[in-house]
Amino acid sequence: MSKKLRAAIIGSGNIGTDLLMKAMRSEWIEPVWMVGIEADSEGLKRAKDFGIKTTAGGVDGMLDQVIADDIRIAFDATSAYVHADNSRKLNELGVIMVDLTPAAIGPFCIPPVNLKAHAEKLEMNVNMVTCGGQATIPMVAAISQVQPVDYGEIIATVASQSVGPGTRMNIDEFTRTTSAGVEQVGGAKKGKAIIIINPAEPPMVMRDTVHCLTADEPDQAAITRSIHEMVAAVQEYVPGYKLVNGPIFDGNRVSVFMEVEGLGDFLPKYAGNLDIMTAAGLRTAEMLAEEAASGRIELPIRNVA
Amino acid sequence: MDLRGRKITVHDMSLRDGMHAKQHQISIEEMQTVSQGLDDAGVPLIEVTHGDGLGGASVNWGFPAASDEEYLRAVIPNLKQAKVSALLLPGVGTVDHLRMAADCGISTIRVATHCTEADVSFQHIKLGREMGLDTVGFLMMAHMIEPDKLVEQALLMESYGANCIYVTDSAGYMLPDDVAARISLFREKLQPETELGFHGHHNLSMGIANSLAAVEAGANRIDCACGGMGAGAGNTPMEVFVAVCDRMGIETGVDVFKIADVAEELVTPMMDFPVRIDRNSLTLGYAGVYSSFLLFAKRAEEKYGIPARELLLEMGRRKAVGGQEDMIEDMALTMAKERKASQ
Repeated sequence: MSKKLRAAIIGSGNIGTDLLMKAMRSEWIEPVWMVGIEADSEGLKRAKDFGIKTTAGGVDGMLDQVIADDIRIAFDATSAYVHADNSRKLNELGVIMVDLTPAAIGPFCIPPVNLKAHAEKLEMNVNMVTCGGQATIPMVAAISQVQPVDYGEIIATVASQSVGPGTRMNIDEFTRTTSAGVEQVGGAKKGKAIIIINPAEPPMVMRDTVHCLTADEPDQAAITRSIHEMVAAVQEYVPGYKLVNGPIFDGNRVSVFMEVEGLGDFLPKYAGNLDIMTAAGLRTAEMLAEEAASGRIELPIRNVA
Repeated sequence: MDLRGRKITVHDMSLRDGMHAKQHQISIEEMQTVSQGLDDAGVPLIEVTHGDGLGGASVNWGFPAASDEEYLRAVIPNLKQAKVSALLLPGVGTVDHLRMAADCGISTIRVATHCTEADVSFQHIKLGREMGLDTVGFLMMAHMIEPDKLVEQALLMESYGANCIYVTDSAGYMLPDDVAARISLFREKLQPETELGFHGHHNLSMGIANSLAAVEAGANRIDCACGGMGAGAGNTPMEVFVAVCDRMGIETGVDVFKIADVAEELVTPMMDFPVRIDRNSLTLGYAGVYSSFLLFAKRAEEKYGIPARELLLEMGRRKAVGGQEDMIEDMALTMAKERKASQ
């Protein structure tokens, strides 16, 4: 029996396609289904060309085959509006949901910080926060793992071409969800998030600044070590995650300047913000597969007819 | 230029854009004294918030002396005729901030985006209008795109519900023809009832000339700062603009001598340094760089030894947009490392 967990990707847009291309290389995940809503969409055509099963009937178009195809993981790359429905339907069938939308009905997941805890508890729905959150919360956590952080602030600057209409219509969701993630996962007592959209041509690579105010004088050596370790942990799934400058210490302020370049699978390299979402989503599923294969967790029991 | 009989609304920026020049440290008392002075002088609209708008309080841009809410609640009840506006940058402030400001009694919300990114203002403009506020779309760094592209963004903001759209010369880069081309195209393409505004910076000393060009092309709202206190070399100085309007027969409703007294006696003494055109603020206007980068570049020069002018020029080359102050320290660190390595 293959150790790989079989997966469905919901949403055949840019994010879903990029995720598919990454998943096809995975040692732990086997993408089986690509779910869309438009029969003649480019995304579904491409998936079909890759030999993936497709449906244009939304999640309902594949529900009756979930058990037969032994689908264990689903990635939702649609929108917050339909996610709750998708998640409920698939959870009922014992499929674990990795949520790449801003719906956030499950707990936030930042792989190098709290994925292990979620996997152990077998959370049936985990949310990948936001692109800015994936890029910056590991740095806040790296600092708060050393000593208490009173305040964590992140500034994500992204290329205009990498910000889709969904994010634009509800940009407040980005600031709210990211700042909540800075607190809940990053460990800052108070979190703040700022997003800046830059339309320069050629498009700029995603850059992020993280400022933390520590409660007491920062332990420079320990924080520097912790940050370098965390950067290496993120680089395992996002090789283009780079510490450009810092940590800089100024009184109780600790600042880190990052750049995130994507792999350029389907999304362009500058769109590190999107790449880090798909890579983190896949990393999440892979860890579940590893834990299941080693017997450390038990996937939902399924009576195969 | 014959503008006799034109009625315009001058909108004071000294307590919002001026916050940049004060590193957001204007006290509650100063806010009250200056706003009452402006009110007495007949200024109809005064902006009050953190320099970077509602929710701008941050490590990145600076924590203010008081919160937006404290400022608004301290200023609004003491004004006799003047109304108060707040600025909001989507991505920084949220609809929660907007609700708070409305509860404090603002009459006007100005939703600001980079000139190509109007669609991020959808939820804030829509809510502002639904709440019955005077709702303004504010297209920043408007020199960076051509008028035909800019008007597309203006039309988006208008379609979300904005009743006034601004051409915002955040870098103080424009010349009068640049302003006229944009405002007149707006006048042609937007609804006739949609008001038009111009926000200038004085980095090339063009604040007055550009504002007049805007009025001639159809703008009826002009941003000025009493005493010229704003980011960079400041905004169009209110007392000067009002005096020029008076001479030209443009009606502002503001008393020239009273506003000059407010500038002289209340605003100028507050300044940490003379807000004027020096080699760095000149560079902003000359190279088209966001005005509030000025003090960040100066601080980076002191800390890392890279001249502010070089940092500002590099920000311009990288096409930095408003809000990217964090890139200045990052860039200075990188440039300092490179220089050390090459020595």
